[in-house]
Amino acid sequence: MNRYRMHLMVCGGTGCRSSHSVQIVEALNQELKRAGMDQEVQVVTTGCFGFCEKGPIVKVYPDNVFYIEVKPTDAAELVAEHVVKGRTVQRLVYKDPAGGQRIAASTDMPFYGQQIRIALRNCGLIDPESIDEYISVDGYQALGKALSSMTQQQVVDALKKSGLRGRGGAGFPTGLKWQAALKTRSDKKYVVCNADEGDPGAFMDRSVLEGDPHSVVEAMAIAGYAIGADEGVVYVRAEYPLAVKRLKIAIAQAEEYGLLGAGILGTAFSFRIRLSLGAGAFVCGEETALLNSVEGGRGEPRMKPPFPAEKGLFGKPTVINNVETFANVCPILLNGPEWFASIGTEKSKGTKVFALSGKINNVGLAEVPMGITLREIIENIGGGVRNGRAFKAVQTGGPSGGCIPKSMLDLPIDYESLAAAGAMMGSGGMIVMDDTDCMVNIAKYYLDFTVDESCGKCTPCRVGNKRLFEILQRITDGKGTMKDLEDLETLGGTIRDCSLCQLGQTAPNPVLSTLKHFRDEYLAHVVEKRCPSGVCQNLIHYRVVAEKCIGCTVCARNCPVSCIAGERKSPHVIDEDKCIKCGVCFTKCPVDAIVKE
Amino acid sequence: MAKLKSLEELAKLREDMRTRTEMRVTGTNPDRVVLSVGMATCGIAAGARDTMKALAEELAAHGIENVSVVATGCLGYCYAEPVVEVRFPDKGPILYGDVDAKRAKEIVDQHLVKGILLDHAIIGKGAGRR
Ligand SMILES: Cc1cc2nc3c(=O)[nH]c(=O)nc-3n(C[C@H](O)[C@H](O)[C@H](O)COP(=O)(O)O)c2cc1C
Ligand code: SF4
Ligand code: SF4
Ligand code: SF4
Ligand code: FES
Ligand code: FES
Repeated sequence: MNRYRMHLMVCGGTGCRSSHSVQIVEALNQELKRAGMDQEVQVVTTGCFGFCEKGPIVKVYPDNVFYIEVKPTDAAELVAEHVVKGRTVQRLVYKDPAGGQRIAASTDMPFYGQQIRIALRNCGLIDPESIDEYISVDGYQALGKALSSMTQQQVVDALKKSGLRGRGGAGFPTGLKWQAALKTRSDKKYVVCNADEGDPGAFMDRSVLEGDPHSVVEAMAIAGYAIGADEGVVYVRAEYPLAVKRLKIAIAQAEEYGLLGAGILGTAFSFRIRLSLGAGAFVCGEETALLNSVEGGRGEPRMKPPFPAEKGLFGKPTVINNVETFANVCPILLNGPEWFASIGTEKSKGTKVFALSGKINNVGLAEVPMGITLREIIENIGGGVRNGRAFKAVQTGGPSGGCIPKSMLDLPIDYESLAAAGAMMGSGGMIVMDDTDCMVNIAKYYLDFTVDESCGKCTPCRVGNKRLFEILQRITDGKGTMKDLEDLETLGGTIRDCSLCQLGQTAPNPVLSTLKHFRDEYLAHVVEKRCPSGVCQNLIHYRVVAEKCIGCTVCARNCPVSCIAGERKSPHVIDEDKCIKCGVCFTKCPVDAIVKE
Repeated sequence: MAKLKSLEELAKLREDMRTRTEMRVTGTNPDRVVLSVGMATCGIAAGARDTMKALAEELAAHGIENVSVVATGCLGYCYAEPVVEVRFPDKGPILYGDVDAKRAKEIVDQHLVKGILLDHAIIGKGAGRR
């Protein structure tokens, strides 16, 4: 085997591929060949580094230099300068927005400094299409250890002791779930991986599947051994073609190596995995709806109990876990549950991957220890609010979550503290909002999503959420009353208490949390008929300040509905009834005589 | 690839595969030892590539982990090429000159394994850094 003296790791995640990372790989290989170095230097395609905002990423080992925003045309310079002469190409290195200095090593970048990577340990480190590389970083050792030296109960005990809780949203202790499935007697059991990832804005599960598919395959096999199942199903949305492709490759390689199939590693344990492709309905991520969908039925939730651990897929005991949950399993077995339990807070152990987006500088994926504060994530890792604007709120937990205000930024995050703040851990979406976001409008946006995605099986969710949405629509139209605010609270509470599944139960969260933390914004809409952030169209008014107007007629000539009147050189007037609030006059006035209020 | 039939076969495969990714794991370790080889024009002309290869081979022969062999630019000692800088964490760098393949092996055997400096080959010492 060839020993390369240098590895050029090129991100092959979905984000970087969309900005031509595949061509970067080709260009680098060509340049290396031309320089006669293709036997000395290896180009490796990896999974997502999490720093997608500044992609495509190229990381160089052993130098530990991290290049961002690389273009295929940069390949020649990278090879000539860095590979041949050992000189870092400074212009492609990360520049700290705060101090302006260039930082070449990823380990010195604030984005990576506070991260602890367990679930994402191999993303960016190995070629996800190579089982050999996975094995070289202790891949399949956890499965080997479980099969050769642990009883089923010991595996379950290790998970219990680690304190690992489900990363798919609800945070149920994984060990207890496995225990229930182990205890239930049956001739057939299943292990299901939930890779539906329906939260808008979340992409951690996709990144794990694209960057380290074997970690999920191996963990599912361990779950199979622990509960006594011989079949696994990965339910993955069809909109994730790269994840599907890499999973298929991983499963085929594991079969070839005898790490899946009959008599794994010479033991009596057999386990197979197949894929089931979902059509992308949000409710199909709910575990019982998912099971219906895998069985070929409608994606509608079932009543619980019975829980899937007792009666799941095809009525058989089933362990269903999220992708990120599975990605934590092997390190727990290899490093010991005590190690895992030493990270995090009292009730929430380990790390959580968050997808940072919205008005934040470093959009991307970050894996942080539980108990870190929101401020640390947003200011240190996220690099603060974009364009230096004022922070207003952070939305966590997707459509089921809530908005957390500035006063709670020092909240150490775990499952309990987020729930107490009216938000949710959810799958780990984290959307930052600034002073140009209207919180009433945000609540309306999320409700619009859930109303759309409600499966319609039960009334509180199907009808109740629609009513909630209508009330919000009224308020943003400037037609809301104080009674509406009361109704939002009582109706929201009823929906939360009476819906069949968590989609309905959590749908009012965005409304209730904004109502609690941003009541003044609701009051401004209802009482003063004003949108403080200037977002709600019907509550914006454009007015000419007569004293400032020089009568240049620019506004009148540009108004698309000709609703501005006035003589040359005398103050103009807007006819409010006809104005469609396009804002053209506001931007065109040369002397800023038009105000938006 | 034949199927793996036991934990031992899996463990052996891991050992065989280790070299494929070892450099990356070491690369981000703050406690690693860094050997920098001057690979500018005159370094390469003086045989720095052979030096680099010899370092890598000797490290592998001793089974030493946690060492990165890095190509670096001009170190400013053209008269003594090839040059190799040895940097342990929390210690000042030691610079060796005229490092051919033979001396490269010595650096690994003496300095890295036994902690004995090759006094005759040192052309520079830096102050403690990092
Ligand atoms: C409406 C709805 C959507 C959900 N979507 C997902 C999803 O996309 N991925 C996921 O892992 N869990 C999702 N869940 C949570 C699952 O029902 C279930 O709790 C989870 O898969 C269990 O795995 P865990 O314990 O490892 O988190 C969703 C739940 C609800 C109510
Ligand atoms: S709460 Fe909504 S999504 Fe869930 S079962 Fe009822 S109608 Fe369907
Ligand atoms: S906002 Fe648009 S429609 Fe209204 S007055 Fe100005 S230009 Fe005319
Ligand atoms: S563009 Fe401004 S200054 Fe000119 S007429 Fe309109 S309001 Fe007056
Ligand atoms: S896709 Fe390349 S860093 Fe995320
Ligand atoms: S080019 Fe070799 S020391 Fe300067």
